[in-house]
Amino acid sequence: MSDSDKLKDAVGRYEAGVEKSLAKFPERKAEFVTGSGAPVKRLYTPLDLEGRDYLADQGFPGEYPFTRGVQNTMYRGRFWTMRQYAGFSNAEESNKRYKFLLEQGTTGLSIAFDLPTQIGYDSDHPLSQGEVGKVGVAIDSLADMEILFDGIPLDKVSTSMTINAPASVLLAMYIAVAEKQGVSPDKLNGTIQNDILKEYVARGTYIFPPGPSMRLITNIFEYCSKEVPNWNTISISGYHIREAGSTASQEVAFTLADGIAYVEAAVKAGLDVDDFAPRLSFFFNAHNDLFEEVAKYRAARRVWARIMRERFGAKNPKSWMLRFHTQTGGSTLTAQQPDNNIVRVAIQTLAAVLGGTQSLHTNSKDEALALPTEDSVRIALRTQQIVAYESGVAETVDPLAGSYYVESLTNRVEAEALAYLARIDELGGAIKAIEQGYIQQEIQDSAYRYQMDVEKGERVVVGLNKFQIKEKAPEGLLRVDPSVGERQCEKLKALRAKRDNAKVQASLAALKTAAEGDANLMPPILEAVRAYATLGEICDVMRGVFGEYKPSVMF
Amino acid sequence: MDRKIRVLVAKPGLDGHDRGAKVIARALRDDGMEVIYTGLRQTPEQIVQAAIQEDVDVVALSILSGAHNHLFPRVTELLKEKGAEDVLVIGGGVIPEADYGFLMSKGIAAVFGPGTPTKATIDFIREHVRQK
Repeated sequence: MSDSDKLKDAVGRYEAGVEKSLAKFPERKAEFVTGSGAPVKRLYTPLDLEGRDYLADQGFPGEYPFTRGVQNTMYRGRFWTMRQYAGFSNAEESNKRYKFLLEQGTTGLSIAFDLPTQIGYDSDHPLSQGEVGKVGVAIDSLADMEILFDGIPLDKVSTSMTINAPASVLLAMYIAVAEKQGVSPDKLNGTIQNDILKEYVARGTYIFPPGPSMRLITNIFEYCSKEVPNWNTISISGYHIREAGSTASQEVAFTLADGIAYVEAAVKAGLDVDDFAPRLSFFFNAHNDLFEEVAKYRAARRVWARIMRERFGAKNPKSWMLRFHTQTGGSTLTAQQPDNNIVRVAIQTLAAVLGGTQSLHTNSKDEALALPTEDSVRIALRTQQIVAYESGVAETVDPLAGSYYVESLTNRVEAEALAYLARIDELGGAIKAIEQGYIQQEIQDSAYRYQMDVEKGERVVVGLNKFQIKEKAPEGLLRVDPSVGERQCEKLKALRAKRDNAKVQASLAALKTAAEGDANLMPPILEAVRAYATLGEICDVMRGVFGEYKPSVMF
Repeated sequence: MDRKIRVLVAKPGLDGHDRGAKVIARALRDDGMEVIYTGLRQTPEQIVQAAIQEDVDVVALSILSGAHNHLFPRVTELLKEKGAEDVLVIGGGVIPEADYGFLMSKGIAAVFGPGTPTKATIDFIREHVRQK
């Protein structure tokens, strides 16, 4: 009898024994599922990993296919970057918050912009009313950006900017601020999100249609590969796909499908894959199902490495590596008993770290209610520091590898993601699948299923549908000063009176000509930014040439 | 009942978070109501125009950007201007409880915060709708 047959025998005996005792000692429920609703077996054994090859499928950290991590020593070298997403009100207020965060030990900045900025409207645009400074900082021109980074040396920090449709403009502003600090672009470290496809699918801050949007993105890839070589030119994001209600496997699948679309667009524009692929980065969510989340990151790394090497023929190992930022799951937080959110965030932090993240934002306990206060942000950051310094999970590389369960989950997420990727290829790629509403529909179906499971009590959310208490309305929430909109409008008025308007007009005309042709748009955008053209003016020029995206609405 | 309850689910303002709006739209539809969803980035003017054009009984506003105190009252004001104040207006999203009183004083019949079961919204609509 072979070892495998012996094992099958033994597992059979165990299962038979359990079946016998179930009448007397029934299990808690008839079916056990993961956070994403996938079935979970009672017990996992080596049988579940039969046919897999350790060297080919897991291998070593820092080596293809990077299942166990992208660096060879992972957190024994240095911890992940603790990066808290922040920004509200105006540049002055946000600058204070960034300095506070740096003093508290964050190691990178992460800029949240308000919605008008994200959609390319100035603060005095009619659609900006009521929105200025609410979910992030309002940036109208280089003048705001200078204040935002006042006293923060841009050659010493790395800065992540959550900006998509107008990413070129904000990157140009960052480069221009650095110039004024005497820092050359090749010294800059950071990331722009720059992922328009997930905006169409899940996040909503699109401006232009897919064609010109993809051009802007490939322009950035090309420009940065020469001028800003350490910049992460895109952060291909599953975070918002998950927030919109997807499962873990869908998060991986739809994110990597978007990634494939960006690589294809850049290759089609004539770039060599190894010239830009090392600067592609990713952004994932962390939900509460610890093992499934760890499996998700491991599977994502393996699938991406194989796509880059086998499908796109990338030769540089850096092109194969899926490096990612993680944010804990905003949609998992409850407005009820908000202190419980600290515990959820701690579990999610463990998931991200055990999954090998390169950087992490931990949400604050009050974020189901409002933007976080300084006190709650401190707890969120301390959660990362406790996991880093006290929990011991960062002392060895990929500690959950070899767990029958975690490896099985990794294989399952991989298989489900590959099935989706095949389906999306059949539809003609991610852009086509989005235009047809396929990806949106899949996500919405998952979101609705989840909500119904919660309402039927099949899925317990502590404090929400079980263990509820009577609560007083929460106090001490952060409120954004409602006058920030007016002050921002006054600043704009003063700027428009003070700047050299002939120079502004000339730079905008040059941008228009470039947009109508096929030149790289980064240089003319940078010129317009230097002349203090506003974000809205620059985006309006491009709206005029490119038109605006019109989504198809469904539910 | 002569006709189904007609509901306009609307996203005022600029935020793109419409998981909640879509879930509630689908739950209302599954409950037998007729539901129209506006999509993102609607001005109060566009929402009111759609409400009148579609002859709805209910406008359900969803917002997560914090601009509710500015945008919700605009919707009820404009409905009043158009003589459509009989339309039931409700709201949901990330809205601090401290703002509920203000919004209700501006004609928002109810505000449903994070974690509200869809059934609670359905029951509220069925109880309070003034059908034409």
